[in-house]
Amino acid sequence: MGIRERLSGNEAAAIAMKQINPDVVAAFPITPSTEIPQYFSTFVSNGQVDTEFVAVESEHSAMTACIGAEAAGARAMTATSANGLSLMWEQIYIASSLRLPIVMSLVNRAVSGPLNIHNDHSDAMGVRDSGWIMLFSENNQEAYDNLLMAHRIAEHKDVLLPLMVCQDGFITSHSIENIELLEDDKAKAFVGSYKPEHYLLNKDEPIAIGPLDLQAFLFEHKYQQAEAMRNAKKVIAEVSKEFEELTGRKYSFFEEYKLDDAEIAIVCMNSTAGTTKYVVDQLRKNGIKAGLLKVRMFRPFPTEEIAKALSNLKAVAVLDKADSLNGAGGALFEDITSAMFVNKVQIPVVDYVYGIGGRDTTSNDIESVYNDLIEIVKNGGTNDFYRYLGVRK
Amino acid sequence: MAYNLKEIIATKPSRFTAGHRMCAGCGAPVVGRTVLRALKNNDHAVVSCATGCMEVSTFIYPYTSWTDSFVHTAFECAAANCAGAEAAYKSLKKQGKLPEDQHTKFIAFGGDGGTYDIGLQSLSGAMERGHDMVYVCYDNGAYMNTGIQRSSATPKFADTTTSPAGKVIPGKMQSRKDLTQIMAGHHLPYVAQSIAVNNFKDLYEKSEKAIYTEGPAFLNVLAPCPRGWGYPTDMLMEINKLAIETCYWPLYEIVDGKYHITYKPANKKPIEEFLKPQRRFKHMFQPGNEWMIEEFQNEVDRRWQELLDLEEITNRSSEEG
Repeated sequence: MGIRERLSGNEAAAIAMKQINPDVVAAFPITPSTEIPQYFSTFVSNGQVDTEFVAVESEHSAMTACIGAEAAGARAMTATSANGLSLMWEQIYIASSLRLPIVMSLVNRAVSGPLNIHNDHSDAMGVRDSGWIMLFSENNQEAYDNLLMAHRIAEHKDVLLPLMVCQDGFITSHSIENIELLEDDKAKAFVGSYKPEHYLLNKDEPIAIGPLDLQAFLFEHKYQQAEAMRNAKKVIAEVSKEFEELTGRKYSFFEEYKLDDAEIAIVCMNSTAGTTKYVVDQLRKNGIKAGLLKVRMFRPFPTEEIAKALSNLKAVAVLDKADSLNGAGGALFEDITSAMFVNKVQIPVVDYVYGIGGRDTTSNDIESVYNDLIEIVKNGGTNDFYRYLGVRK
Repeated sequence: MAYNLKEIIATKPSRFTAGHRMCAGCGAPVVGRTVLRALKNNDHAVVSCATGCMEVSTFIYPYTSWTDSFVHTAFECAAANCAGAEAAYKSLKKQGKLPEDQHTKFIAFGGDGGTYDIGLQSLSGAMERGHDMVYVCYDNGAYMNTGIQRSSATPKFADTTTSPAGKVIPGKMQSRKDLTQIMAGHHLPYVAQSIAVNNFKDLYEKSEKAIYTEGPAFLNVLAPCPRGWGYPTDMLMEINKLAIETCYWPLYEIVDGKYHITYKPANKKPIEEFLKPQRRFKHMFQPGNEWMIEEFQNEVDRRWQELLDLEEITNRSSEEG
């Protein structure tokens, strides 16, 4: 039995980091993730961790220092949001290409501009093709649990990729909820220690990392990255299973909420899933067969499994908390629809861009989406598949 | 023990191997090799390098010229990258995860573009945080790797591909930034300006001090570029010598705030002698452009005097005491 606590999402992330006890943390303050390095530096100041805390002068340096530390043979972690991730962007790609299993806590916030400090997923969507494993978390418990599983996945020899754990800025990062923590010793035993095969600080085997990689080799190196990302799927399943045995908390690639017999369903990520579950319950009371598919593992994307899980529905709505501004729909919508197409699942799908810049998404909003789905089922489909939820036009 | 180049070469093998692809007559590999030679034989180094000539010519997959551990990520962040590795070392050492007898030193290399310009923030941050590392800038006075574009280290009037000497604008119209002074403003335990001349004594000794001074240290080393400066490749050592004889590139160090000029030419040579052999200053020697040489000379004189004053001021109290 774990420890019952009441923590905000940021506190939960910081506590997970304390239990992981990484060798190096390099971070820079940015709302709404600031509290994570703030809490963590208190652990450092009070000698509760062995970590070397590097209070860098920018997020670019935060990611660069993490790369230096991880390449040197240390476990390195960071936390950021929005523009902080944007400033890291160059190094985000380099971290994954160098196959360094850095772990980041990404507290999702709208990327400027104009400036906005509130939640949406535009920061995460900006790095969706960067070669990082991306796990999304509905609440503080999931943010904590995903972080505890992170190193086991990222550092696996068949993977060796950086990993980010996402949670919604303010909505979960600053909301205090009940949480069940693992005891320190159990957490430590589960996470295990980091034993890299090749690293800079091995003086008996000096290595060079980060070459000029031209036409003769870059393609093969990129292929290996792609292969590692495909391997990650199996490892995520294994680690999640082991975590379930330890805690009783079950994690899959995605959560299916009352999806078994559902006729209509919403696909979304992070905190909106909580609101959606409530709406599903209300609709079920009125005999409406509503369901939810909450994506946890966004990268790698579980194409086949998602298509299968949606195959018996009559209509699906994808909620995108970031607009791709491509005139065609959000990123999650594109992934879901292509997953369905290649797996020959032909049912009406509609996209809703919602919650941009922290716009509140209420249960009424979610209910309206289900009502639209009922309408779509009745009419046998729609051509109007790229929609907005809660915007003043 | 007195400095003896022959003995050093005999007893300390080069840590920077031959076969790299730097140009003939380039100053940078000499800097890299000399700095690394200052390491004690049993010490191991982690070298971090900014994107630039030195990086792209020494580590083309699957070959490397570096016998120590080496890491490169991008243009503007050799300092932060080195700082991260140093933080890892500190942490792992403290936790007993590394052999007790292991001594690893942290050295970052960047050109002037990666140091004076795009990497200035990363450098300033790493130095301010006090990482036990040395940052070495090999200053060739322009973005040479991308084809000779002006940087903030480019001297005034120099002809570069983004400050071309044209009919209306005669080359770069701004003075060179003084990065060594900016680093002095960080109040580091060791800051020095050097060059590879004669038997490399100045650079070797300053590298040794920089590496074995605890805490952050900064070395700014002039590294001429035959392509960008336009001098014959066999003239490298002569150009280096002219840079210090004209006081264009004064050699000095700042130890705990005290300035010490390590070379004072007995007869300071006129700046023309440094400018003349270089194609980038050719237009300054056209009739009617005498004012440019005069202005250049004045700037060199002013900066040299400023340095002499700083040396005097910062050593005054100790002499009196």
